[in-house]
Amino acid sequence: MSTPLLGYVDRPGPLHTLTGTAKLVLVIGIVGAAMISFDARFLAALAVASIVLWAASRIRPGDLAVVLWIVGTFMVLNNLLIFAFAPGYGTDLFGTRHVLIDGPGRWDLTSEQLFYQAVVTLKYFAVMPAMLLFITTTRPPEFASSLSRIGVPYRVSYSVSLALRYIPDVQRDFRTISQAQQARGLDTSKRQRLGVRIRNLVSVLLPLLLGALERIETVSSAMELRGFGREKRRTWFDERPFRARDLVVIAVAALLVAGAIALVVLNGGRYWNPFA
Amino acid sequence: MTPRISPVTQVVAIGIGAALFVVLGLVRIPTPIPNTSINIQYALLAVFAVLYGPIAGALIGLIGHIILDAVSFGSIWLSWEIASGVFGLLLGFLMLRNRVMEGEFAGKDIVRFVVGVVIAQVVAFLVVAPLGDILIYSEPAGKVFAQGAVAALANSITASVLGVIILSVYARTRTRTGSLTVGS
Repeated sequence: MSTPLLGYVDRPGPLHTLTGTAKLVLVIGIVGAAMISFDARFLAALAVASIVLWAASRIRPGDLAVVLWIVGTFMVLNNLLIFAFAPGYGTDLFGTRHVLIDGPGRWDLTSEQLFYQAVVTLKYFAVMPAMLLFITTTRPPEFASSLSRIGVPYRVSYSVSLALRYIPDVQRDFRTISQAQQARGLDTSKRQRLGVRIRNLVSVLLPLLLGALERIETVSSAMELRGFGREKRRTWFDERPFRARDLVVIAVAALLVAGAIALVVLNGGRYWNPFA
Repeated sequence: MTPRISPVTQVVAIGIGAALFVVLGLVRIPTPIPNTSINIQYALLAVFAVLYGPIAGALIGLIGHIILDAVSFGSIWLSWEIASGVFGLLLGFLMLRNRVMEGEFAGKDIVRFVVGVVIAQVVAFLVVAPLGDILIYSEPAGKVFAQGAVAALANSITASVLGVIILSVYARTRTRTGSLTVGS
């Protein structure tokens, strides 16, 4: 019910040997580039590159089947919503109108709209493979040290590390409390009326949160006793020196962002207009 | 926040708060409307923003939502993650100098909390998230404002109802200041 669908996969491959920092920079580069650009050619190239990386990583599609299913459903819903609310948006963007199917009212299907929605979907798929790869090939502690290395204040990086470390604990607590309350006959599933469901939910939430607040006091006292936060810097157990391949990956990330910006200038806007 | 919260406590509160945000975000409580579930993580975010202040609220929203999206969709949708951060930040500011930690949460505080939740939700999901969607993802305005309105309405209700219950119970577990003074 509340298990994360994704996590680190311990199956050493070429991507596992890169430092977390290099991979983090690459992911930020890809996310940034895909965010800036709406050029279909660029996004398609990015998506293809991500899929090639995927093949190199020894992460099997089976590790991600559920996630891909959810994302697919989400994309279909999102596309339907866009079309329902703004069937003429593509025409507004590209300035031309080629009707493909004469729909009811203003819901005509135009090739501009189809192209726009394809770009939105492509944008999503250009980011996803890289993101999934990063999650499945980087161990959480290394992620925190990478964050601090790219300039995030170490207290914030440490918070991220704590969050990742406590997710399994919180999940276990949640399951324990939820089962204990279910044993007492408190049901939060569809079989109950909504009002009762919410009241029963509170009886799970309250112990969980009160327990968490107590844990915050314990953990922060322990950290304070060990002198956390006294110095301006800290070292990380999981920090590894850069090697040549890490620097190459970082350079690729920089090139991607530069490419995205260059395309915006060249196209005179974020979209590449094939209809002009 | 009469006794200043130590930065170390804030670091831990952000970490554990974000972990709770992720776990509660993964829980799906079904509603009568198909494919729609109650988002209880905003009740948690509201409680933590009240107890640990605006900075903690902002970072729990941002970090928690990014991790939640990353582990459940394998992608991030920056405009909505920023909106979660804005919700925590704003509610934290609107609730500065509350005395929940000293065991006081009644009457006026409850009204302030509920109004704060509604204001913060409206700003976050009816202004920040849709504008971000339009600027970053170039989505059509009509669609994103409709989505934002539904989210703001649903989250306001769950966050204020559950938040009030949780904060009242928590306040009762705290020792009141001055509880040992004779004749007060």
